[in-house]
Amino acid sequence: MQNSRRLIIGINSGVAFFFAAFAAFLASGANAAEPKPWQMNFQPAATPVMEKIIDFHNLLLTIQVGIVVLVLGLMLYIIIKFNSKSNPEPSKTTHNTALEVIWTVIPIVILIVLAVPSMKLLFFMDKAPNPEMTLKITGHQWYWSYEYPDNGGFEFDSNMVPDEEIKPGQRRLLEVDNQVVLPVNTEIRLLMTSEDVIHNWAIPSFGVKMDTVPGRTNESWIKVTKPGVYYGQCSELCGVNHGFMPVAVKVVSKEEFKKWTAKAKKEFANAKDAPVKVVEMNSPAQAKLR
Amino acid sequence: MSETAHADAHDDHDHRPTGWRRWVYSTNHKDIGTMYLALAMIAAIVGTAASVVIRLELHEPGVQFITDFQFYNVLVTAHGFIMVFFVVMPALIGGFGNWFIPLMIGTPDMAFPRMNNISFWLLPAALILLVIAGLIDGGPGTGWTVYPPLANADYHPGMAVDFGILSLHLAGASSILGAINFISTIINMRAPGMTFHRMPLFIWAMLLTAILLLLAIPVLAGALTMLLTDRNFGTAFFDPAGGGDPLLWQHLFWFFGHPEVYIMIIPAFGVISEIVSTFSKKPIFGYLGMAYAMAAIGVVGFIVWAHHMYTVGFNVETRAYFTLATMVIAVPTGIKIFSWLATMWGGSIKFDTPMLFAMGFIFLFVVGGVTGVTLANAGADQAFHDTYFVVAHFHYVLSVAAIFAMYAGFYYWIGKMSGKQYPEGLARLQFWVTFIGVNILFFPQHFAGMAGMPRRIPDYPDAYAGWNMISSWGAYITAVGAILFFVVLWKTLTSKETVSANQWGTGANTLEWTVESPAPFHTHEQTPSISTQPAE
Repeated sequence: MQNSRRLIIGINSGVAFFFAAFAAFLASGANAAEPKPWQMNFQPAATPVMEKIIDFHNLLLTIQVGIVVLVLGLMLYIIIKFNSKSNPEPSKTTHNTALEVIWTVIPIVILIVLAVPSMKLLFFMDKAPNPEMTLKITGHQWYWSYEYPDNGGFEFDSNMVPDEEIKPGQRRLLEVDNQVVLPVNTEIRLLMTSEDVIHNWAIPSFGVKMDTVPGRTNESWIKVTKPGVYYGQCSELCGVNHGFMPVAVKVVSKEEFKKWTAKAKKEFANAKDAPVKVVEMNSPAQAKLR
Repeated sequence: MSETAHADAHDDHDHRPTGWRRWVYSTNHKDIGTMYLALAMIAAIVGTAASVVIRLELHEPGVQFITDFQFYNVLVTAHGFIMVFFVVMPALIGGFGNWFIPLMIGTPDMAFPRMNNISFWLLPAALILLVIAGLIDGGPGTGWTVYPPLANADYHPGMAVDFGILSLHLAGASSILGAINFISTIINMRAPGMTFHRMPLFIWAMLLTAILLLLAIPVLAGALTMLLTDRNFGTAFFDPAGGGDPLLWQHLFWFFGHPEVYIMIIPAFGVISEIVSTFSKKPIFGYLGMAYAMAAIGVVGFIVWAHHMYTVGFNVETRAYFTLATMVIAVPTGIKIFSWLATMWGGSIKFDTPMLFAMGFIFLFVVGGVTGVTLANAGADQAFHDTYFVVAHFHYVLSVAAIFAMYAGFYYWIGKMSGKQYPEGLARLQFWVTFIGVNILFFPQHFAGMAGMPRRIPDYPDAYAGWNMISSWGAYITAVGAILFFVVLWKTLTSKETVSANQWGTGANTLEWTVESPAPFHTHEQTPSISTQPAE
């Protein structure tokens, strides 16, 4: 797969980390999304939602760095100018209405400036305008299962590859036995629920993070713009093995996806003794609930 | 701490119990305050130890020494509960509140001294129940948020969670009783002339905190009882199989939980306001704005709870409302920050240890505050929710800021409480070690979180190793800071150097500085005149 980006990390060596980080930076053209050593920022966006999140966060971060620098600057000035040596006589000022109005109004203005893109982002990410297919995701202690209701209705489980079976080049705690395969450039509706406790299906580079709640069906969506393998982890404390139920999505071309569904339908139908449950596109997933 | 030699000369009826009776039967606000502080320190040792064990486990990828991941979850849970309910709240509210509300408003004691006793003594009982919870049946591995279904009997059989629930019930009862006492005392027992608008900001903070407690804790108590009956008596409030809803718990919990975070930080605001004013030798700038900013934070704190739940699957309008409401909090918070800066502006500042911690508080609270604005946005939160970015955020505003306020208050008032001078050099060293430690500890967690590292995992993908290693080193440095604190405490209490009634000079003009140091067993037996008090 992505052999070019094999990053096995010498854990104890900070120097090795820096080299690895640099190598990862150079290799950033390759198509997989996963965390990199010493990464300080988001994973690269693979969906329009994540692109917009990153844009919005850049705006937030700019303003926030400005505020922190302003406060730090004022504090340094105060430390230098108004210590008891350089200013033995304290002033008596306790009020300045104009000043107080200014430091109330300016934050309000900043918040309004932030609220507009924030609302745009929120309403954009809420629902897919025209979903072309549906993926149903069910959380379990401690694995995920996936169903393709409108691509043959097969379903399969996706378990983490344990440390002992990790091959060189694979990512510890992120690899699964059965990756979710999805087509590129397709609006995909994600329906999520849980069979037991609350889990959370998350992939950082997709900008998707949604609780799977027993008794409820939650909806999210993705439209992945680049083929590749994308990794995420369960993001809601779900018990003993919470840290060990990763999400791995392999995004392929639409043709490849067709081929894969044809194959998977047979493979996973045979793998399960029970007849495959076909869930229609709009049927409530509460049917799954016990 | 306070010495018998200081018994009031003009009070022949000053009957005070000695030995264990003095403490167990205590109705004296100072002794009860001291016990709260002692309890907080003991709990802090446990809570800090838990966090250091967590950081040791996370020092490198792979399993270091915690092979039982349930135990890891229990550690995370215990760390949260202990720090919130048994360190920050007892120290800032029970400790400083009991000690200094009567001293600062000019009254001999709290309104209900016997209730004060029970509200303290419920707390050690609660702590014991929590420790039992951690030791039996695998312990509660639910996180401090105790979300069902994970907290249900199906997924946490055994009695660990039940003991945790009972522990919180007792701690909650303790808080409610304390809150009633604080509110009654502050409303009814202020010295003549001390109108609401002349109360020191610390008193404002305590009043508002007590009101928040009184409104928020019963909601927690109700939710906990529902969880208890779900677990033991076959109800299904939170179980979808019985018609319940796990999200109901989250709503109830966060309706308590969000005011709770202000319950922890508003007393810190009060402490910092007193210290900044004292060491700048200036009255607080924009006093009314400061008081009402705290009130506004308290009020808005009740209508933003669901910003902890952005990823549960709300409809978009709900998230939009909670985003906008949450962002509003930045305005009164900004007023507070700028008013502190304006108080210092033009001042003649002495950078003793309390002031160092106060300035550290202000800066770090701003850092934690701006990331709070990031997380307030439901859209951006989809990337940050349940990652280490959130951990970094709330540790900056709680672990760092609230604990800085506790250290600041300790150094500010230890002279008044013990009559002894703390060692200034060692105390400053403690500040710098702690300041550097917490930043190394928590700042890298922003990066790990942005890169996608989830919270509450005992092992992580190898790519997160770097920032976790740095973070762990920060934890060890911070722990050294905490050990240094206990050295300072020991040196102070065994010191022969005493302090005067007003050790901080002209800037310190609240009433506690008019009584001698250490504060006698009974104070303000004659109502003080406060025609010039306090600074306004």
